[in-house]
Amino acid sequence: MGVEVLSMSVDSVFVHKMWNDNEIKKMVKGGVPYAMMSDGGGKVGTLYGIYDENAGVETRGRFIIDPDGVVQGYEVLTPPVGRNVSETIRQVQAFQLVRESKGTKATPSGWKPGKTVLSPGINLVGKVWEVWDVKEEDK
Amino acid sequence: MAEEFKPGCARPTGGPVGEKPKKEVEKEIVIVKKETGMIKVGQKAPDFTAPAFHKDKFVNVKLSDYLGKWVVLCFYPGDFTFV
Repeated sequence: MGVEVLSMSVDSVFVHKMWNDNEIKKMVKGGVPYAMMSDGGGKVGTLYGIYDENAGVETRGRFIIDPDGVVQGYEVLTPPVGRNVSETIRQVQAFQLVRESKGTKATPSGWKPGKTVLSPGINLVGKVWEVWDVKEEDK
Repeated sequence: MAEEFKPGCARPTGGPVGEKPKKEVEKEIVIVKKETGMIKVGQKAPDFTAPAFHKDKFVNVKLSDYLGKWVVLCFYPGDFTFV
């Protein structure tokens, strides 16, 4: 897929090191493989609209950024609920397919690699039911 | 006496006790809030630099150095926040 992951919180890089060395390495072999960035004061989080100034922390914001630096999608959760990584991967795969098609293709809801891809255009108007089965989403 | 608290998934923080901030300060906060909405999809991700811990080294990361690649940028409340 060729995706770079970057994480960010208001913790210092020293705390990142301690967390990686003392906890993450016990859960994931080799520890965190990507850069764990520090955003003391929440300046970057504020730029992205996910900094909670009352709590002084960033919420669980996740942004998919394409090779042109354009934000294609984001999701923001409050602290107690963790994300679904496989959904993020699915979305990146869908955005990559659309980009490779130079915008000529679109992925219907619940699309996964190998499933039906749509080619929006005048010939598809009112004909989606002919080429795409709603039940595909559950498969 | 200090009261024991149960740590949750948000990083525990405190705040000033008693005196309320002056009205002027409140005004300033309102202005800041106006300028910090959610960014929009389909628009450029704001560029930034930040210190980072990566592969046993401390490095400076610049988002625009990743142009030409897909990037997933994840924010979270804090290290050791359980989920």
